[in-house]
Amino acid sequence: MKNIDELNLLVPQIRRDILRMVHNVNSGHPGGSLGCTEFFVCLYNEIMSFNNSFKMDGINEDIFFLSNGHISPVFYSTLARKGFFSIDELKSFRLINSRLQGHPTTHEGLPGIRISSGSLGQGLSVAIGASQAKKLNNDSNIIYVLLGDGELQEGQNWEAIMYASAKKIDNLILTIDLNGKQIDGSTDEVLSLGNLKNKFNSFDWIVFELNNGNNIEDILKTFTEAKKEINKGKPICILMKTEMGNGVDFMMNTHAWHGKAPNDEQLKIALSQNKETLGDFKFD
Amino acid sequence: MKKFINTGSKDTRSGFGSGLAELGRKNKNVVALCADLVGSLKMDEFISENPDRFFQVGIAEANMMGIAAGLTIGGKIPYTGTFANFSTGRVYDQIRQSIAYSNKNVKICASHAGLTLGEDGATHQILEDIGLMKMLPGMVVINTCDYNQTKAATIAIADYSGPVYLRFGRPVVPNFTDKKKFEIGKGVLLNNGYDVTLIATGHLVWESIQATIELEKIGIKVELINIHTIKPLDESIIINSVKKTKCLVTAEEHNFLGGLGESIARTLSKFYPVPQEFISTKDTFGESGKPSELMIKYGLDKESIIKSIKKVISRKQQ
Repeated sequence: MKNIDELNLLVPQIRRDILRMVHNVNSGHPGGSLGCTEFFVCLYNEIMSFNNSFKMDGINEDIFFLSNGHISPVFYSTLARKGFFSIDELKSFRLINSRLQGHPTTHEGLPGIRISSGSLGQGLSVAIGASQAKKLNNDSNIIYVLLGDGELQEGQNWEAIMYASAKKIDNLILTIDLNGKQIDGSTDEVLSLGNLKNKFNSFDWIVFELNNGNNIEDILKTFTEAKKEINKGKPICILMKTEMGNGVDFMMNTHAWHGKAPNDEQLKIALSQNKETLGDFKFD
Repeated sequence: MKKFINTGSKDTRSGFGSGLAELGRKNKNVVALCADLVGSLKMDEFISENPDRFFQVGIAEANMMGIAAGLTIGGKIPYTGTFANFSTGRVYDQIRQSIAYSNKNVKICASHAGLTLGEDGATHQILEDIGLMKMLPGMVVINTCDYNQTKAATIAIADYSGPVYLRFGRPVVPNFTDKKKFEIGKGVLLNNGYDVTLIATGHLVWESIQATIELEKIGIKVELINIHTIKPLDESIIINSVKKTKCLVTAEEHNFLGGLGESIARTLSKFYPVPQEFISTKDTFGESGKPSELMIKYGLDKESIIKSIKKVISRKQQ
């Protein structure tokens, strides 16, 4: 296991990447990206096992799918910092002729991406398909998938949630990013998700509650527990509470930064709150 | 003209079922999914021989399309089976993002297309599916005409890497094509002629053969081409034919907006514009009725083809 300090070094650097990427093009989704930074750091540096050379099939590797594709900045930064492509390619985010599209896609051949996402509600179904392919291939690796909480308002998820328990998809860990916010306001105001724990329980899933999804030790502990439930006949869900905009004080406790970039002054303040630990990517 | 012998009428969906079963035996990566329509799609043989490679998804087509996309990531070749309406319009965004834009090797197999679904009526009779699917970048669109062709196409698309929409139907229709290998994107010349080009797809091919025979009796020589692959379109076989005949009729069980006729009109407007008549539905929904009654009411029968051919020849002569 990596030193927790090493993981903690990555977090502010990835936050800086996110902020600088969205600021550069004055568009993108910093709020959810910042809120899931610790999750991505843990997932790609501790939880998953995979090969460094990217293959679409992912045979004998753990595979991750991002369903809420709008938090692409944290995904791209994590992949680049892990060596899937050069860190400096982050500068091309959302620019013309870039592999780093606004929402992740396989279409431009960016290593690390296995499905296009952005139109919400589709990732869990894809992850289930990949889980079933692993079973057919006698591949004991695990499928991970992240969904936003607001995304659960899409009906396809509930088709997939019902299917996963009925078909005993027990080699998959679903994480729900419970930040309680979506574009038009809080999830409670827009369309309440109700008691998600009860909902997943009644769909016969194994449910873990991760009450501080911005704490690396808590994340690792919960995933270690969750992995123990693999291959026990039930799908696994982690309800991960996070703070949207985490790590930038004025972006927290509001849904305002869901899809808005900071201006020059705001960027300066935000960066001052997150130290450059591993070297920023360079703009030309 | 060459004789086309009906070797025994069958439904095209049974050709799909038989092709899928054959594939199941020879290609272990082929898997199948169905949304509660196993009997209608004739998937029983594949399922009984390969229970581990079949996924019953229930009445949840959006989930089915996503699962199919995911299965490709482990190297599988998924065949999804449901009615054409639920294979396209209902799940357009799932196909668009998770399959087409993601370039996943999914074969979307769609039965009960068009009016010939019959008594169930317009809710189930999709006449827009070819248009929906051909607009998706990278999607191959195939509409087969009989049992043999459907079976051959089902087998052939496994060897093609990329998303495919395979459209077939419910009714029992004459089985007359030979069993040779199906070539994606290759038109089939059924009859040489010089007065008019008739291009047909799906169930309209047999009607077009009957029309060609009738017209020969009154001295009109029809060049008849079966286009089973609407995308990519075999442009050269079409252009070469109309260069000779100088007019054409297109025939399909689909709306004229978005169908085969429209694809051909676009091609010819660029390379060789000629008068064209459309055998198709005309921006309308279908309705309940017997398939044969519906085909007559909506002008998708032999008599309508003959009328359109006479009309287009007179337009050419003006």
